[in-house]
Amino acid sequence: MEKLSADIQDGRRRGAGAEAAQSASGGEGIKGGWGLYLLGKALRLILLLAAVSAVTFTLVSHSPVDPVRAYIGADILRVGPEQQAQIAAYWGLDEPPLERFFRWVGALLSGDLGTSMIYREPVADVIAERFASSALLMAAAWLLSGALGFSAGIAAAMAHGRWPDRLIRRCCYLLASTPPFWLALLLLTVFGVALGWFPIGLAAPAGMAAEEVGWLDRLRHMALPALTLSVVGIAPVALHTRQKLLEVLASDHALYARSRGERGWALLRRHGLRAVALPALSLQLAGFSELFGGAVLAEQVFSYPGLGQATVQAGLRGDVPLLMGLVLGSALFVFAGNLLADLSYRLVDPRLRERSRTS
Amino acid sequence: MAIGAKRVPAQEASRRGASSEEAALGAAAPLLEIEGLRVSFLQYGRGLQRRTVQALAGVDLSVGAGELVALVGSSGSGKSLLAHAVMGLLPDNARSSGSIRYAGEPLDGERLLRLRGKELALVPQGVTYLDPLLRAGEQALGRQRGPQARSRLRAVFSRFGLPERAERLYPHQLSGGMARKVLVSAAALGGARLVVADEPTPGMEAGKAAEALQALRELADGGCGVLLLTHDIEAALRVADRVAVLYAGEAVELAAASDFAGAGERLRHPYTRALWQALPANGFRPLPGVQPAPEEAAASCAFAARCGQAAPECRAAKPAMRVWRGGQVRCFKPD
Amino acid sequence: MMERPEMKAATQRKAVPAASLPSGRLRLLVGAALLVAALLGLGLWASLSGGGEGLRTNLAERSLPPSWGHPLGTDWLGRDMLVRTVQGLWLSLQVGLLASLAGTAIAAAAGLSAALLGRTADRIVSWLMDLFLSLPHLVTLILIAFVCGGGLRGVLIGVALTHWPSLARLIRAEAMQLRSADYVAVSRSLGKSRVWIMTRHLLPHLLPQLLTGCLLLFPHAILHEAAITFIGLGLPPDQPAIGVILSESMRYLNAGLWWLAVFPGVALLLLVGAFDRLGHAASALLDPGRSQQ
Repeated sequence: MEKLSADIQDGRRRGAGAEAAQSASGGEGIKGGWGLYLLGKALRLILLLAAVSAVTFTLVSHSPVDPVRAYIGADILRVGPEQQAQIAAYWGLDEPPLERFFRWVGALLSGDLGTSMIYREPVADVIAERFASSALLMAAAWLLSGALGFSAGIAAAMAHGRWPDRLIRRCCYLLASTPPFWLALLLLTVFGVALGWFPIGLAAPAGMAAEEVGWLDRLRHMALPALTLSVVGIAPVALHTRQKLLEVLASDHALYARSRGERGWALLRRHGLRAVALPALSLQLAGFSELFGGAVLAEQVFSYPGLGQATVQAGLRGDVPLLMGLVLGSALFVFAGNLLADLSYRLVDPRLRERSRTS
Repeated sequence: MAIGAKRVPAQEASRRGASSEEAALGAAAPLLEIEGLRVSFLQYGRGLQRRTVQALAGVDLSVGAGELVALVGSSGSGKSLLAHAVMGLLPDNARSSGSIRYAGEPLDGERLLRLRGKELALVPQGVTYLDPLLRAGEQALGRQRGPQARSRLRAVFSRFGLPERAERLYPHQLSGGMARKVLVSAAALGGARLVVADEPTPGMEAGKAAEALQALRELADGGCGVLLLTHDIEAALRVADRVAVLYAGEAVELAAASDFAGAGERLRHPYTRALWQALPANGFRPLPGVQPAPEEAAASCAFAARCGQAAPECRAAKPAMRVWRGGQVRCFKPD
Repeated sequence: MMERPEMKAATQRKAVPAASLPSGRLRLLVGAALLVAALLGLGLWASLSGGGEGLRTNLAERSLPPSWGHPLGTDWLGRDMLVRTVQGLWLSLQVGLLASLAGTAIAAAAGLSAALLGRTADRIVSWLMDLFLSLPHLVTLILIAFVCGGGLRGVLIGVALTHWPSLARLIRAEAMQLRSADYVAVSRSLGKSRVWIMTRHLLPHLLPQLLTGCLLLFPHAILHEAAITFIGLGLPPDQPAIGVILSESMRYLNAGLWWLAVFPGVALLLLVGAFDRLGHAASALLDPGRSQQ
């Protein structure tokens, strides 16, 4: 179903997409239907999160960035060594790394991710709040880029070799090489500064209490970052859909359909769409990883208070608990995307559907 | 085209009965005439290499209404390309020349688009030609809709021995034999006048293969012209009226099925005779050597290198197809 | 060899989808050569103009829009943006090259050990790949940059570490295929050592794969370097990197200095796009079957 190597050569979505499709089509050999399948996935998730935590913690504890200094910030000159030691003791920074790790894991298991140093709030709260605004942004971009990319890919494949195909392909190559943050700057310059259609930053007008912010305002503030993210996401889906559809159109069964007088858009509707929609959906789902990365950059440019901006801040200012929380959160997010991609294959494709029901 | 379509093999004569008239008529006004068909395509290698591969280097044959003509050639000898050329479905990088006529008129362009799926039907090789995401019933119906079509589908399926539940199965749930029957049913349902069947038996056990071929025979008996492309000469002889033999991309002989008898005395081309004699029932004498690629034998008789009677002229020029003893043969000195 | 009717014909003929025309391939190669020449010229110019008058602060000529004297305008300190952009590109090129070479090296090591050192090694490598693929690239980059305390080292390590898994998988698959090839089996049965087999049989075959893999990594490496620098965790602000230039330009967008952001971005886009096309062209030459369109 999917040539892995071809995907690497061709797709910009490296690894994850191909992997999801591969494991879905290759069949991981589920032996006992849905229960075992989900159990296996849960086990994988737990192992993954454990590994990510351990590796991240090890890395972070070797950072030259002094968390105490990072915590105190500019006031460092006015804080004496004694007070610094107190702060270190308060955060438990004076203990050996291994002990700190187990304490952190213990707290994690009871749902406590620690306290963010820069926001002075529980990490879980920061992430939950930020996730809400990021999720909105990412969902909008996910849908828009998926719809646009899918249509563009189909249009290109149906015009294979002619000018619309070449045009769409060139646009996709161009988009794939476009730095997302630069695109954000460009949109900001044109629509924010020059035309003044959209506000320049933040999720809501400054100086307004959260409850007063209406939907319209939220949408206006979300528009440009969402547009940036969508445009960035179009190329992979479009190129992938085009490729898949060309494969379908060159397949034996398409040839047979043509031998029976089917052609053009009717043939596409009957034989093409079904076969292409699933890979596109799965690619979009497996693209959660890229989506998150794009959100980091777009949020940074537009000062949109989401997860991405929090990640940048945590990295810049050495907020270790928040960074750990965000790393785990993003791993979970990516895993969810891949799981959904896998599930979509299992639910929709008759070949796999049957296998998971009977085997 | 020369040979009268007298299909004789004794074991089938009784079953055939009525249609011999039609067959004779068919020979007078062939449904399908192929003359000098050549197909080549471009292939790309590593780096900047590009080469032209000649797949078919001259095929002549005709199929009349009610007649089943078998084209016999080894695997990979371009039989599928012939089927695709007739249907106008060659890949973009392929080039073809020669003439293909249907009911007396050239088969191309708009006419081809109009006739495909109606008067022309392809029975492809097997299950990969079925859309994996569509149920068998829907595929067999093709573009036909409505309860009438449904009931006809049921009738045709049962005629070819497919169970009723087969309609609702996806291709991956069909056995190889069932898939081929679905494909034959599709051709029958469409009301085709000319059926091109591409290698419909490989991988099937003998009984099933016979059934699939029988289904094609029934189509022919119902008045269709059937062109059967196969590598299996024994199976072909069981149902065919006439046989064309393909060697190195060229048709080398056109013979009546009844010519394949005894030690092959009535056959015209040395390759055909060698094929016949290689069969277990006829002495099991395999022919040493391999077929050349068509471009290796562009200016000589393709069979010269393996022919016992080859003369210098066979290596210097290419023989043309000629009428000989009620059949046709591509040889300078046919027996 | 004896032939029976059901045996395969001497030459296997199979329809292959139409690939790009050779003239197209030649054009790509010529394009590639021109690109490399242009980049060398760029580098020469960058090193000649480095520290030259283009970068001197000149407050009399600050914040000028593009003109004949300054085709890309000047910044708020009067520095010529063309010189800054060229230097930024040159730096990006160097960092990108280093990072993609490092990534390729990791991929080669991982792919080969997965293919050749037995099942345990294979498991470990694929587990590592899963681990690295489980995080968004940018999160990994931020994490590594933080661990390294920012700077060039963080960028190089981060970019190399985020980009190896896909190439490693390809190398692993190729090496496994080669390993089971007949001539390798013969060498093994002749008692040749693993190292001998690897250097004599595998590397020559894998080298083109590695080179195109590296070429394909390269544009991604440049983009990621620029991104991580842009958010402030990459190259330090005193470096003339494109990411730095674009990040600074944000402060002046409101003041209408659009040229600070637009042209360096276009330059980066062209650089990345050119190498992206080049990489794909190279992989198409290497393996026509795999990339037809």
